[in-house]
Amino acid sequence: MMVLIGMLSHGIGATVVFAQTIQGTSATPTEASPTTLQAGTRPIVFPPQHWPAPVNDQEHRLFTLVDVLDYRPKISGGQGHDDYRWDVEGWYGGDYNRLWFKSEGQRDTAFKADYDVDFQLLYGRFIRKHYDLQIGSRVETQAFKGRNVTRGFGVIGIEGLVPYNYEFESALFIDQNGAVSARLSFTKDLLLTQRLIFQTRFETNAAVQRVEKFTTGSGLNNLEFGARLRYEIRREFAPYIGISFDRSFGETATLVRQDGGDPTQIRFLVGVRAWF
Amino acid sequence: MNPDHISRRLLLKCAAALGLLAVAERLVPAYALTSAAGAGSQIALSGDVIDLTIAEQPFHLDGRTGTAMSINGTIPGPVIRLKEGQQATLRVTNRLEESSSIHWHGLLLPPAMDGVPGVSFAGIEPGTTFTYRFPIRQSGTYWYHSHSGLQEESGVYGPMIIDPAEPEPFRPERDYVVMLSDWSFESPEALLSNLKKQGGYYNFQKRTAGDFFTDVGRMGFWPALQNYLMWDRMRMDPTDFADVTGYAFTYLMNGLSPADNWTGLFRPGERVRLRLINAAGMTFYDVRIPGLRMTVVQVDGQNIQPVVVDEFRMGPAETYDVIVEPAENRAYTIFAETMDRSGYARGTLAPRQGMSAEIPERRPRPLRTMEDMGMSMKGMDMPGMTMHGTEHSGDTKKIESSDDHASMEHRLRDAGTPPLQHMHEMPAMDAGDHGRSLIPGAEPVAHSPDHHGPGNQTVAEYSQNRMGEPGRGLEDSERRVLLYTDLKSLVPYPDQREPVREIELHLTGQMTRYMWSFDGKTYSEAKEPIHFRYGERVRLTFVNDTMMEHPLHLHGMWMYLENGAGAYLSRKHTVVVKPAERLSVAITADAPGRWAFHCHLLLHMEAGMFRVVEVSDQ
Repeated sequence: MMVLIGMLSHGIGATVVFAQTIQGTSATPTEASPTTLQAGTRPIVFPPQHWPAPVNDQEHRLFTLVDVLDYRPKISGGQGHDDYRWDVEGWYGGDYNRLWFKSEGQRDTAFKADYDVDFQLLYGRFIRKHYDLQIGSRVETQAFKGRNVTRGFGVIGIEGLVPYNYEFESALFIDQNGAVSARLSFTKDLLLTQRLIFQTRFETNAAVQRVEKFTTGSGLNNLEFGARLRYEIRREFAPYIGISFDRSFGETATLVRQDGGDPTQIRFLVGVRAWF
Repeated sequence: MNPDHISRRLLLKCAAALGLLAVAERLVPAYALTSAAGAGSQIALSGDVIDLTIAEQPFHLDGRTGTAMSINGTIPGPVIRLKEGQQATLRVTNRLEESSSIHWHGLLLPPAMDGVPGVSFAGIEPGTTFTYRFPIRQSGTYWYHSHSGLQEESGVYGPMIIDPAEPEPFRPERDYVVMLSDWSFESPEALLSNLKKQGGYYNFQKRTAGDFFTDVGRMGFWPALQNYLMWDRMRMDPTDFADVTGYAFTYLMNGLSPADNWTGLFRPGERVRLRLINAAGMTFYDVRIPGLRMTVVQVDGQNIQPVVVDEFRMGPAETYDVIVEPAENRAYTIFAETMDRSGYARGTLAPRQGMSAEIPERRPRPLRTMEDMGMSMKGMDMPGMTMHGTEHSGDTKKIESSDDHASMEHRLRDAGTPPLQHMHEMPAMDAGDHGRSLIPGAEPVAHSPDHHGPGNQTVAEYSQNRMGEPGRGLEDSERRVLLYTDLKSLVPYPDQREPVREIELHLTGQMTRYMWSFDGKTYSEAKEPIHFRYGERVRLTFVNDTMMEHPLHLHGMWMYLENGAGAYLSRKHTVVVKPAERLSVAITADAPGRWAFHCHLLLHMEAGMFRVVEVSDQ
């Protein structure tokens, strides 16, 4: 065998070594010019079906981000009680196709409903650089003085990262009665240090039709600005403090007042941002 | 069982008797224990038949314990030492609970012996043994590692030395393997998962408000603001130099942490050969030995015309053999700083055990520039940016002679170096002269319309060859840093044909979602192999549209680095492509079969930056 290998390495001959044919070793590549080769002598063996994939590039993952989990203490002298609020979203899937879930909710005794809980289940596809297109459904439940109202929506939205590194989320909703509304939000992180991060947050809602049952007027509903200063103990876990300013406009403000709420609210927050 | 194997066992027993067992238990291979090894040598497995066993076991490091996968009970695995011309038989037993494999990195062998599950074979099932048999047709420093999932990151790697049939042109008195790697107590799957969820998870060197104010002081308010806004507008992070950093990694030298200080012994005046192998899954290293100049004699196991340098950058999977001559009776630190400066691997060359030398300060974390983005330079004036247009500088010096090393080195050092100037010299050289040739991509090439899809964040508007640059973070170094343009084969290789066909491949990615691909498609999305016609000389041109360096590894065949060295193109198994770089290699398609081709950053590979290359007559 050694003799044979020696011959091979000198390019004198070529013969079968194991399962493979070695013809023209690297020592004599000039001999391997295309003209001297005979076609069809080396059939390619295609990988049998039972072979595994060489890389696992289609792994599905589950991601849940609790971006906001606020505890909002009662403002001294103000109306209402201690309240809370959450904004959670996540996905299950791969790089392009994901099943998204989102939930927003709050207990807000000074504003509109006592409870306002919102859940969305969406199919998302990564369609353009930085952007996912999302289509699915949404359920909203509100509680007014012990009375519950619920409605369902169809949702189409776009979520992604816009220039200047703003996280962007937009959605158009059509409820079961055909009422159309929309939501837009931006968040942006500013690093004060590697772990101390200042997040600004902007959200607005608008509606085409007035839906009195849900304290929603036609036109611009509200604007909300928030600022949260968090400390990332780990990337996945960051307690924060913050402040939010929320104001209703137009018909919505009128409806809020009629319900005994306050259309302008400034709240202090403590909370935790977490993901897993 | 071969005699060397037995003697290694005996030596281990002796080591145990000498009270070194405590160290041995820590999974350190025998060759890391220089006191147990013979003077100047590291114990190796050799002979006609070599047995390797892959198994899971605890790994102790700096007082912590993790779970590792090892070969023959050590990390790295044993040195395998073979002889050119011999028939190798390597029996690999898998004692893991999952499928495994061993790939012989850089070896020319039959495709069925290459050890890539799904490309070469089915993998080695738990509890079974696979026998690799192949003739050894080359010599030099190589390594071997698992090609299954992310097992390499868990410890399944080891060095491989092949002694040449003919004596080598250098005769060092000492010969050490210096294997660099990275270890994480988090599982490699968790590393990838975290990055998929947050691309900058491990980067704790981002730009902060504090940096902004420092830059305002340095650059003025508007330029600083413009610079920060520019990066923000592009949704890119200029501090992105390593996906996984010292936050998660402990950087190892021969399996030892910087605190454990691997030591190689020498007597002053001796020539010491260091076989540096970067077995890290995710880490680029900048290697230097303060106080010593290094003569690089081999790259990727191939002899090159010796180059004397102070420092060199090593991509994952590359190997560099250097010779140093420590003259003083003192210790020298082998310092392997990570490219992102978040950590280092460290060892010592010393006349006696237990000595150590000063550990250098880490340099500041570098920043990406517009050049790394492949942006047009017109009208931009950003500090730290090297300006270059398409015009030739009038004072370009012509290289007198390729044999004139002194002048070459002088010129390069002189350049000190606006590296691009050097690149612009290349087109001025005469093609056809055996000592020099054109560098493909020496002039900037505009990107055609971006068809890479959402899985690619940006394209390099202009890509250009950057082999004459030392790399980001080393560009202003006063040290002589090795360049890819320094690499010239010691002897010309037989196939001097000009490639007749060019295949252009774009390196693509999306950092925020941690997607990595070629031409915007992962392996699963583009299962069509890249086809080489058997026997052809083909040019593979890489265009890096990402802002990361990628070490690209082709199995089964050499890549001849088209760096202008004419007949002396050096050949490599792993080629590092810089951000926005256009780099070409020539390949002699002399190995029929299906071969893996991929980025050797393991997490990039696993994310889909992988292709099959098929060499056939059709």
